[in-house]
Amino acid sequence: MCPNYEFATPASPSRRSFLFRLALALNGLALLLAGVPILGYLLGPLSRRAAQTWIDLGPVASFPERETRLAVYENPYRVVWDGATAKIACWVRRLEGDRFQVFAVNCAHLGCPVRWFPQSRLFMCPCHGGVYYEDGSRASGPPPRGLFEYEWAVRAGRLHVRGGQIPTLSEPV
Amino acid sequence: MPMRFATAIAKWLEDRTGLGAALTPILGHTVPRRTASFWYVFGSSTLALFALQVATGVCLALVYVPSADQAYQSLVYLNHGAHLGWFLRAAHFWGSNAMVLVLVVHMLQVFLFGAYKYPRELTWICGVFLLLCTLGMAFTGQVLRWDQDAYWGLGIGASIASRAPGIGPGLVHVLLGGPIIGGRTLSRFFTVHVFLVPALLMALLGLHLWLVLRLGVNEWPMPGRLVDRETYRKRYEEEVQRDGVPFFPLAARKDMIAMAAVVLAVLVCAALFGPHGPRGFPDPTVIDTAPRPDFFFLWLFALFALLPAWTETFILLVGPVVAIGFLVALPFLSGAGEKSWLRRPGSVLAALLILLAIGTLTGLGTTSPWSPLMDGWSATPVPPIYVKGRSALELRGALVLQFKQCRNCHSLGGEGGLRGPALDGVASRLTRDQLIRQVLQGGGNMPAYGKNLSPAEVTALVAFMQTLHPVDEPVARTAAGPLLGPR
Repeated sequence: MCPNYEFATPASPSRRSFLFRLALALNGLALLLAGVPILGYLLGPLSRRAAQTWIDLGPVASFPERETRLAVYENPYRVVWDGATAKIACWVRRLEGDRFQVFAVNCAHLGCPVRWFPQSRLFMCPCHGGVYYEDGSRASGPPPRGLFEYEWAVRAGRLHVRGGQIPTLSEPV
Repeated sequence: MPMRFATAIAKWLEDRTGLGAALTPILGHTVPRRTASFWYVFGSSTLALFALQVATGVCLALVYVPSADQAYQSLVYLNHGAHLGWFLRAAHFWGSNAMVLVLVVHMLQVFLFGAYKYPRELTWICGVFLLLCTLGMAFTGQVLRWDQDAYWGLGIGASIASRAPGIGPGLVHVLLGGPIIGGRTLSRFFTVHVFLVPALLMALLGLHLWLVLRLGVNEWPMPGRLVDRETYRKRYEEEVQRDGVPFFPLAARKDMIAMAAVVLAVLVCAALFGPHGPRGFPDPTVIDTAPRPDFFFLWLFALFALLPAWTETFILLVGPVVAIGFLVALPFLSGAGEKSWLRRPGSVLAALLILLAIGTLTGLGTTSPWSPLMDGWSATPVPPIYVKGRSALELRGALVLQFKQCRNCHSLGGEGGLRGPALDGVASRLTRDQLIRQVLQGGGNMPAYGKNLSPAEVTALVAFMQTLHPVDEPVARTAAGPLLGPR
């Protein structure tokens, strides 16, 4: 052992502890500068810019009165690689004239696609047996509410709905 | 000469790495004699299946395209175009089923043998999270099979997530990678399935195995030999010293047999039954579909259908937290005392009840009697025996029954939906007035048909249903009616 170890090393204790604290601070800074953008990137989907927009469903005349038809639109939030999943369906019920009801196909229970049966004027869900009347109100089964309804408007003879996000209990269309 | 050359290489490698010296004591560590048993092989069997999943998964990822517009086609190509692609997809699918199954058996064995007790609490907790990771792999893997089941399964996941109070909408957006299911969603689930969860799983697995080595394999539980925190470890050490056997090869040979057996079983299933899906092109506008989850989630699917509506949100959100919390807390709630299942009737009963409940729900999930048979009205005609000798009005009623989708929920002659009661013999259960009331007002899970049937249709329908009774049972009638003559 060198008795003059403390003197022999060029770094004094204060310098060594300074270097250690500097290392901690630099790594903390690096962690912060890398971590904040990573976290922000991961939580990016939380910002709902342009999630809900008005969508053209076609001329009013394409929906016969007192009938319910399946309409298809392209999700406004789409990306090129969405493929067929960019297409979204909805049920359009035209009462008469310019009076409409537009329902999401997603069952209010757990989101399976409900099917319209014009003969019995019922919507039925293939998953857990939810059934709805033609006005979208709940008829039977587990759904806690009626079908989700889109906000709609007729502009220049064309039917528009406000859509773009998956309808759920906490965020009906 | 070649032999000496190989020995020289091995010697050189050992000199530089020292791995042999490090691993030999691990392989040869002593374990209690009776644990060299076929009851102790389920953990290593799960590990073997995991290795198979990694190997087949990496191969599938060489061809699979994790892009919403091409994933389906790449799966079809794997099934039909890529050389042996069908076999690797099948092995990966059957391997996932087997892994969940063997993991559950492992967990049951550990529970019944009291292996979760002191000092192996952390080994158990690690195992609980390994189970969650495995179920996470199962769900995300199902999504990568980008078909109609995957699309609507995501819808179900989003619907459940949305029910979380306050954070529901945010949770849905983070889960789907945006406001709606699409290309971003698949990329997200691909990353979770091939990077995130496997990394977590391997880390947990390392810790799990390390803990098994450090704390020793649980000794064979003897009734009456209680776990005491003060003396347990000393006693275990003494027993292993006195009557232990080296893990390799004495215990390991049974592990190796079981590992080979499960992997071979998976490969045989893969060769015999082939790959699963993809079922149906993932076009959300094709709504003529009846989504079903994979085997391991059928019990949840059944639970969602059978829970009373008012309990649903509570159970969906609180249930998993309570279940996971209980599993994590278990080694602290009963960390000492009796280990043998022969002296723990409550634990055996609880395990049996849970198994029975999940088994029953899975069984129900395979038939899903609560789902309407969507093509019941068009695909299952009224049996000829029910239309023979009927009047014109009654025959018209049979047509109404068929045309108004009654058969989607009601069966006749054993065919049709099972959501409502079978209609064979309905006339001997319900009077004419009761039938009319039920059709018009519905109730008891039946929609009211009052607005959707004309009076003439109701008359005809009820007239037909009144002919549906066994020959030796009369038509039901109200006690208030006249005693004699037709009503």
